[in-house]
This record gives sequence, C-alpha cells and structure tokens, in this order.
Amino acid sequence: MFNFHYRLERNAIGFVLAIIVVASIGGFIEIAPLFTIDETVEKAPDMRVYTPLEVAGRNIYIREGCYACHSQMIRTLRDEVERYGPYSLAVESKYDHPMLWGSKRTGPDLARVGGKYSNDWMTAHLNNPRDVVPESNMPAYRWLLRNQLETADLGEHLAALRAVGVPYTDDMIANAPKDAVGQANPDTDLATGVTERYGEKTDVSLFDGNQGSVTEMDALVAYLQVLGHLTGAAHTTPQNEVE
Amino acid sequence: MSVGERDPFTGHQTTGHEWNGIKELNTPVPKPVYFFLITMGVFALGWTLLMPSWPYGTGYFKGLLGVDQKQAVARSIEEATAQRASWMIRIEKEDLAQIQSDTDLMRTVREDGRTLFGDNCAACHGANARGNKGFPNIAESPMLWGDNPQTVLQTVTAGINGADPNTRVSQMLAFGRDGMLTQEQVSQLAGFVTSLSDAATITDTNKEDIAKGKDLFATNCVACHGKDAKGLVESGAPNLTDQYWIYGGSRGDIYQTIFSGRQGHMPSWGARLTPAQIKIITLYLLDLRKNEAGTTAGGAS
Repeated sequence: MFNFHYRLERNAIGFVLAIIVVASIGGFIEIAPLFTIDETVEKAPDMRVYTPLEVAGRNIYIREGCYACHSQMIRTLRDEVERYGPYSLAVESKYDHPMLWGSKRTGPDLARVGGKYSNDWMTAHLNNPRDVVPESNMPAYRWLLRNQLETADLGEHLAALRAVGVPYTDDMIANAPKDAVGQANPDTDLATGVTERYGEKTDVSLFDGNQGSVTEMDALVAYLQVLGHLTGAAHTTPQNEVE
Repeated sequence: MSVGERDPFTGHQTTGHEWNGIKELNTPVPKPVYFFLITMGVFALGWTLLMPSWPYGTGYFKGLLGVDQKQAVARSIEEATAQRASWMIRIEKEDLAQIQSDTDLMRTVREDGRTLFGDNCAACHGANARGNKGFPNIAESPMLWGDNPQTVLQTVTAGINGADPNTRVSQMLAFGRDGMLTQEQVSQLAGFVTSLSDAATITDTNKEDIAKGKDLFATNCVACHGKDAKGLVESGAPNLTDQYWIYGGSRGDIYQTIFSGRQGHMPSWGARLTPAQIKIITLYLLDLRKNEAGTTAGGAS
C-alpha cells in the first residue's frame, strides 16, 4: 500500500488526475455548506435594503475601520443575548457586501445598536467619545462633522450592489444622490422621495443636528441607527423555545 | 538511472536520481508520522459523526450528539430565567411602592439595576447618572417630567421625543433662528435667564437689558417654564432658577439655547427592554437619587 505512489509518480496523466481529485476535496468542503443555504438563511419578507445615505455611512464605517473594534454579530450565547438582544440571523446580513461581522470587540457589539441611543448622542460620541463617556478609549472622529458627504457617485454604489444581488430598482439608482440629501433633511421635498422609495419606516432625521448640508456624520449615524432594523426577523423567530 | 538500486554503505534503496554523482537515499517515512496521520484521520471522521456535518441533497447530517447552538442558548436562557424567577415574579407583580418597602428585594434591584443602567442608560446619563452636556443629570437635579415613581416609569418606557406613540413630547422653540425675537431681544432674555440662577451677573451696566429680558420672559416663556421660571413638569420644561443645566448655564450657552432651540431625545425603552427590566431601572434610579440626596444633606450638616 505504501508503495502505490511509486507507480502513480511514473504516470503523468494519472498523477494529474490524482492532484485534481485531492484539490477538489478542499473545494467541496468549502462549497458544500451552500447546498443547505435554504435551510440556514431564514426567510424575511419584511427585509428592506439600505438607503443611499446608509450605504454611504456603511462605506465610511469600512473606511474608518470601525469593524476592527466593533463586531456586528450577536452569538448564540446567554450573556450576549441578554445584553444585546436576539442573536444575529444569517438573513440580517443578506444585503451586506462585504459582511461586517467582525471578529474582535474592543468596543461593544453593534448588531442591534440602531435606536438604542439618540442621534444627538451618536454625533457627540463620534465627534469625541470622551465628551459623553469619560472612560472611553475610542478615537475621536472629528472630521466626520466637517467633511461634506460625497453623494454624486452613490447611484454607482447602488448599481454595484445590485450586480451582486441587492434588489435596487432603476428608480432608486437614478435618485440615489437626491435621496441621500433628503434623508438627512426632513420636511423637504427630497425627503418625501426617500419614504416613497424605501418605505414609511425609513428614519428621516437631522442625524448630525444640522439642516441643509449633508456631512459624513449624517451618513454614519444614519447607518448606525438602522443596524438591526432592516428586518424584524430576529425578534419574531422563536429564540427561547426549546424544541 | 536505475530503479531499485541499493546504496552499498547504508543498505537503503536510492530514489534513482543522480546529481553529479550524488544519489538520494529513499529512506522510509518515519513510523510516528503514519501513527499521527491515522489517529487524526480517525478522530476527524469520528467528530463528523458526532457533530452536524455531511451535507446531502436537501439537508445535512445532524450528528449523533444532536448539538444545536440555537437550542443550547434557548436552554441556558431558560435556566437563567428559572434562577431569577423567585424575585423576578415579584418585580413583575408587585407595584413600585411595595418593592421599595422590601429591603431584601431592593438589594437585588440595586445589583441587577446597576448592570441594566450601565448597559442602557450610562452612555448618555453617565455611569454615575450625573449626565453630560446635552444629557441631563438624573442623579441630583429635579426630573423634567417629575420624579413620582410611576412618572419615571412612564418616561423610561415611552421615551422623550421618541418613536413610541405615547412618547413625551417637548421642544424648546428656536426663538432667534425662526425670527420670533431679534438678536438683541435674545441677548436681553439670555441676560435675564442667566441672572435667575446667578444674581452676581447683574451689574449696573446691564440692569436695563435684564429688565427688558424680564418683560420678554413674561410674554414668551412663562407658558412652559412657569411664571416663577421654576419649570413645569407637565410640559417637561426645566427649572431655570437652579444650578442644573442640560445644555450649559453660561450666558453664551443660554443665548445659544434661546436662539436655536433645543429638542432632546430619549429613546423609547419599551421597545427594547421588558416591563420588569424597566421597573428595575426605575427603582434603581430612584434609589440612587435618594442616596445622592442623603449624601448631599449629610455633607451639608
């Protein structure tokens, strides 16, 4: 048995076939879980897509490396469920490209932080965490309030996301820059368009507290406030029932 | 190149390759390597039998141990709930005054409340509940909406300017920005309001402006803040004569508040916490306020 490879090594075609077989085992192990994806990803008919402003905020979240210290994944552990709320479901990251589950928590998990604190607090805290939480060791992101948000290319961001399966309509893509401005300026004509396209539940607010201009702070706070609110699936899936 | 050639010195076979007269020995793979390879293989196979593993068409093999993380967490939460049941059931059933009068139960409330307050409330109000600029001190200052236990419970549940339909609603109008008062009038008013809590700011030079501010106060502010400027809990308007300020008590801060208005926001916790948890937070906070008042009085005497 141990001398089988002597013969294999002397047969070029046979050896090539053997390499393909062995390499495909590794590939199969990676692909196999996708066979049962229907069973692992829950159904969430109420799932909504990120608005352009939230997409922009998500891009800032990635740019600033928030994922290095904050996870967005509540694990199936008692302490996490009691502190953060229902554990994360696969469907909640359905429209996340790439997903931002993270693997390290210097700060708390953010999967359900949306609505937990006010916009005022989010803005004050991102501007300088020590202003509101004296013991915090999070860096201050002061430029977010100063930098105007780049909205012109948001349609292209939405189109790119559509290419990987996020159901944005042509109307949403065409109006992306306007909707980004509208979501941060309530009681304007632009704001009406946002709720028409993305639903009544969309959070249209003065995220950074200032009417008119749309800053990077608006975008990031809008994104943070929607975390955990794209679908109510995690709250309706029975989590504390033992079968 | 010759296969099966033996090296005359060691007696091992050579691989048959030759580099400038040097031949490589074909020594056998050491036995421990086979041992570990086979042991690990058997272990891995056994593990896939015990745990959820092999996929097939429409499903996957669930494993002989029947491990399911979702059920495991459900079970451990159920256990935790059962452990807490003895006192949690009393928190749920009894009214606030009843719980407050039970020293044993209050000890549990203090312990559990500390954790709940730390995770949910401390971000804005501070770990010691003394607040930050823009977020009220709720340890010492008078409560905007009243400190009756039932009132506090209602504020925590529904929030202030929150998403709940029963939320408390309150707004300080932007008298300057929205053109109700001129900049000069806002300045006079700010002078008067500053003087309410700090009489030392009244000087001979600004006496007249402050008097004008007093008139402006009577026409614009008394509806919410009351005739004596001591605030009205019905409208959530703060007392302007004490030393507690949410947005700062300097003349500049007060000018800013009158000019651009204020509208604080407290989330509606009814959507996130259970009624029992909200009760615990309420009781924890009231207990903390009582202790703060006690230490202040003790310090003064």
